[in-house]
This record gives sequence, C-alpha cells and structure tokens, in this order.
Amino acid sequence: MQQGFKMQTRLRWLGDKTATFLAVLSTILVILPLVAIFVYLILKGAHSLNLAFFTQIPKPVGEVGGGMANAIVGSVTLLVIASLLGVPIGIGGGIYLAEFGRGTKFANAVRFTADVLNGVPSIVMGLAAYALIVVPQHHFSALAGGVALGIMMIPTVCRTTEEMLLMVPHAVREAALGLGVPNWRSVLSITVKTASPGIITGCMLAFARVAGETAPLIFTALGNDFWSTSLNEPIAALPLQIYVYAISPYDDWHRLAWAGSLVLIVLIVLAVALVRFVTSRGVLKGAS
Amino acid sequence: MAQEHSAIRRYLLARGNSAIADRVFKSLMVLCALSIFAIVVLIVTELVQRSQLTLHTFGFQFFWKSYFDPTTGLPAYWDPVNGYFSALPFVYGTLVSSLLSLLLAVPLAVGVAVFLTEMCPGFLRAPLAFLTELLAAIPSIIYGLWAVFVLVPLLREYVNPLLVSGLGWTGLFNDQNPTGLGYFASAVILAVMILPIISSLTREVMTAVPHSQREAVLALGATRWEMIRMGVLRNARVGIVGAIILGLGRALGETMAVTMVIGNTPQIKRSMLATGSSMASVIANEFTEAVSDMHLSALIEIGLALFIVTIIVNAIARLLVWAVTRGAPVTQR
Repeated sequence: MQQGFKMQTRLRWLGDKTATFLAVLSTILVILPLVAIFVYLILKGAHSLNLAFFTQIPKPVGEVGGGMANAIVGSVTLLVIASLLGVPIGIGGGIYLAEFGRGTKFANAVRFTADVLNGVPSIVMGLAAYALIVVPQHHFSALAGGVALGIMMIPTVCRTTEEMLLMVPHAVREAALGLGVPNWRSVLSITVKTASPGIITGCMLAFARVAGETAPLIFTALGNDFWSTSLNEPIAALPLQIYVYAISPYDDWHRLAWAGSLVLIVLIVLAVALVRFVTSRGVLKGAS
Repeated sequence: MAQEHSAIRRYLLARGNSAIADRVFKSLMVLCALSIFAIVVLIVTELVQRSQLTLHTFGFQFFWKSYFDPTTGLPAYWDPVNGYFSALPFVYGTLVSSLLSLLLAVPLAVGVAVFLTEMCPGFLRAPLAFLTELLAAIPSIIYGLWAVFVLVPLLREYVNPLLVSGLGWTGLFNDQNPTGLGYFASAVILAVMILPIISSLTREVMTAVPHSQREAVLALGATRWEMIRMGVLRNARVGIVGAIILGLGRALGETMAVTMVIGNTPQIKRSMLATGSSMASVIANEFTEAVSDMHLSALIEIGLALFIVTIIVNAIARLLVWAVTRGAPVTQR
C-alpha cells in the first residue's frame, strides 16, 4: 500500500517534469525557425545591399547588378493608395463601434464580420479587386493593387481603433459634453485625440501586414521592370519582385530576392517593435 | 452678414448647426461601419458573377468530377488546354497540407502557450511573447523564400529519407519525388506560419481562466502539470479548439509560401512527399497565364469556394473563442 503510493507519487513527479520539459522544448522549436529565418536573411541578403540596390532598376537577365528601386517606389505608391482607402474608413468604423453602437446588435454584427473578414485569404481580396477594377478597365493597374490592399486594411484598422477608443475613460467624454462641445467635436478632438497613439500604432500594424502581401498583387498590380508612377499602369512592388526573383533560375536574382526580403523584414520589424514600444509604455494609461 | 443676429438667435443657429453636424457625423460613421458588410457583399457578387461560366457548365460537379485521359489511360483532373476542369486535386491538396500542418503545429503551439502562461519566469515572458508575435508578422513571401532555399533542401537531404525508411510501410511516405517539394514541405512551412496565431489565442483563453481554478486544483495537492491539465486546459478547451480552427482557416487560404513549395502539379497522390497543388496556389500560379474564359472562370470559382469555406471556418472559430474570453467562463458544472 505504502509502496504503491510512493510509486504513484514518483510517477506524478515524473509526469510533471516531462510536461515541463516538453513545454520548454516546444518553445525552443518555435523560436528556432524565427532565428533561422533572420540569420539566413542577414547572411544571404546583407552583402547585396548597396547603393545600386536602392537606386537602380532591375537589369535584364544575364547582366549582373541592378536593384529594386522601382519596386520600393511601387510598394510605397501602393501602400499610400491602400492607406488612403483603408485608414479613414477603418477609423470611421471603429469610431462607430466604440462611440455610437456600443452593445447594439448591429455593432456586434459589424465587429463579428470584421473579425471574420480578417481571416479571409488575401488572394480572394485580390480576385475581388481584379473583378472590380481590372476587368472593367481591361488592364492591370497600380490602382487595383492599392484597392486590394486597402480593403484588407479596413477590418484590422476598424477593430484596433475600437479597442483603443474603449480604453478612453468615460469621464473624458462627459467632461467634454458637459462643457457644451457638440458630440462630433467631442469624439474627434477629445476621444480620438486621446486614443491617437494607439490608433496610429494600430494603423501601422495593418500597414505592416499589407506591406508584405504578395498574393493580391499578382493579378492586380502585376509588377514591371521599369520606372512607373502612373496609377493606371502595372506597377512593381517589393514582395512581388521577391516572388518573381525567388522562383527564377538565376543566382543573381536569388541574391536580389534575399536582399529585398531583408529590406522588407527590417521595415516590418521596425513597425511592430514601435507598436510594441508604444503600447507597453502605456501612452493610453497616461490619459486615464 | 448684412443682418445682425441677436445673441440668443446666434446661439440657436449654432445649436441647430451642431445638431445637423452631429447627425451628419454619425451617419458618416455608420457608413464606414456598413462598408464592412459592403466588402463581403462585393466579394460574393463579383466572384459569383465572374464564375458564372463554370458554375453553369459544371455545377457542383466541379469539385469532385474526374476525367479519363484517353492517351495515357490515367485519371486527369485539370488540363485547361484539353478542357478538363475539376477542382478535386486542389481541394485535396489544400485539405492534406492544412490538416498535416495542424498536426505539426497544435502540440507545439499549446506547449508554447502553456510555457508562457504557466511556467515561464517573469523576465522571459515579454521577450518570448514578442518573438512569437514577430513570427506572425513575417510576410508569407519571406517564409516562401526561406522554405525554397533552406527548408526544402534540408527536408530533401535529411528528413525525407528518414520518413521513407521509418514510415514508408504506411504508404503515406513513398519517395518518388527527388525535389523535396510537395505536400509535406508545404505542411511544415504552414505549421511555422500558423503557430503564432494558435499559440497567442491559446494564451489568451488560458489567461482568461480564473485564478481560483488553479488555486483549487493546487490546494488538492496536484503537481503543476496536473494543475495545468485539470485546472487550465480543461476549462480553456473550447477556446483552444477555436484557436486551432482559426489556425486552420489561415492554413487553408495561405498562398505564397505554399505556391512556392507545393510543386504545383494538378494531381492527387497518396504519398505526403509527392508534389501537388492547393486551391490558393493554383490561383496564384495560373491566373495571369489563363487565356480562355473557362479557365479564368474556373479559377475564380475556386476563389469563391475558398472564400466561403474560410468565412465559415473563421466564424466558427470566432464564436468558440468569444464564448470563452468574453462570456461567462465555462466552469460552472
């Protein structure tokens, strides 16, 4: 009896240690690919980052050198279009959810749909933008790519804006309304302003997410090898260029793909780290 | 400005203006909120309209029919040049790669979540959580690039031979494919990509379990693992299932990384090491090269199916996660 009890205790102790070991092991296994990806990006990409990379357009196959300047400019163009579309509408939706629709069925439905829309594959967004803009226009364009990315930003921006606005204490709103400020002024210059660091970081997060999107651009922006600033023509984009180069059979293009990925990831990590920094510093808490 | 208003009239005018402004502002915001629904409606109508051709020609047969190639005598599914259109190999490829990736990712994700919420020393928690979040922020094109040049050679040289010799008898790991590309490679990279989503949501539902549950189990003399198993995981199980389904939704629709490593051959193979094609990868791979209307329409119909499936999967997942994190905790029993 006593012996059996001891045995059982030993087994339970063993089970506990095994579980702890497995949890630590899985954490290491998860961090490993992250480290591996960064190490490879730096090893294979860093030595290709030179002035030419940022100032020249791609060279034809067989010529060594060239850069991704047009792709970087193209990505910026696409992201500007996407932000112009996604940020105001997203913030507006967030304001509605937090300020006007609290607890209503309509608001719950919007919130739910936004969350679900967040999980829709980006390639489907690309198909929708293709059907909406490319088909009627009969040609690929920067505009279509920007719209596809913009649509993807709306749900993310909307939900983060709402979350940030909900953190603003009620007393602030009441104080504003008590002074006779019209509601719209109160919302825009008091509530939204108080939450603005959070809202801006939310927008940055959505921005970082669409900055790396490739799938919706394949058949909207299409990509090209030249300087192009016209919104009505196909335009190059960094992720798109990386894709084309990565699946090509040329070593020099692979080199450029790694370098382009390094640039992309540095931009995204900076954005995410900034978000992390701002939210952990508790900029919002200072207001309450 | 010709007429001078009295103070009270000016006040009333101002009030009146503000009342209009308030109403205009509110309706603008409602409009923005409505745009979320508009996007869904837009996607559905546009995709249905553009896939009319295949919808009418094949109906639902599109997703499970197969053809016989008269020259080879083998079943054929997808050959736009000869007019074979069947989405079956893509549905199969999507299902196989995502389910296999879940199999790889779920234990790891739950392990990470358990470590971060219950075991991790305080000073490690924030940096580790940040690192797993960072994994979610890496664009899929970079995962794809890394998979093509690092992961696939690694699998080809070391892992696949092991799988063939160890598990070859199951018939699921026969190696007739020297490239290393295929279902298994895409499942591995998908697992890395969906891990952060599953683990961060699991973490969220685990922290939502009230502390009294943990204390009660510990007070009964349980070890830490027993406390986690009985006090935490059991109470959070609905939410964890939600997190897993959300990860599934992400895996189903993942495009770039899969396109780069799955091999892009429209075939159905039993071996996990064979090349195949997924719904998203066939769209990404063939869309710009599609010339016939039927081909375009078929690809858009695959996109429509993908949209509907991911909407349903995500809706279920969200409901499950919400049930845990915002409703009453499922502990009363």
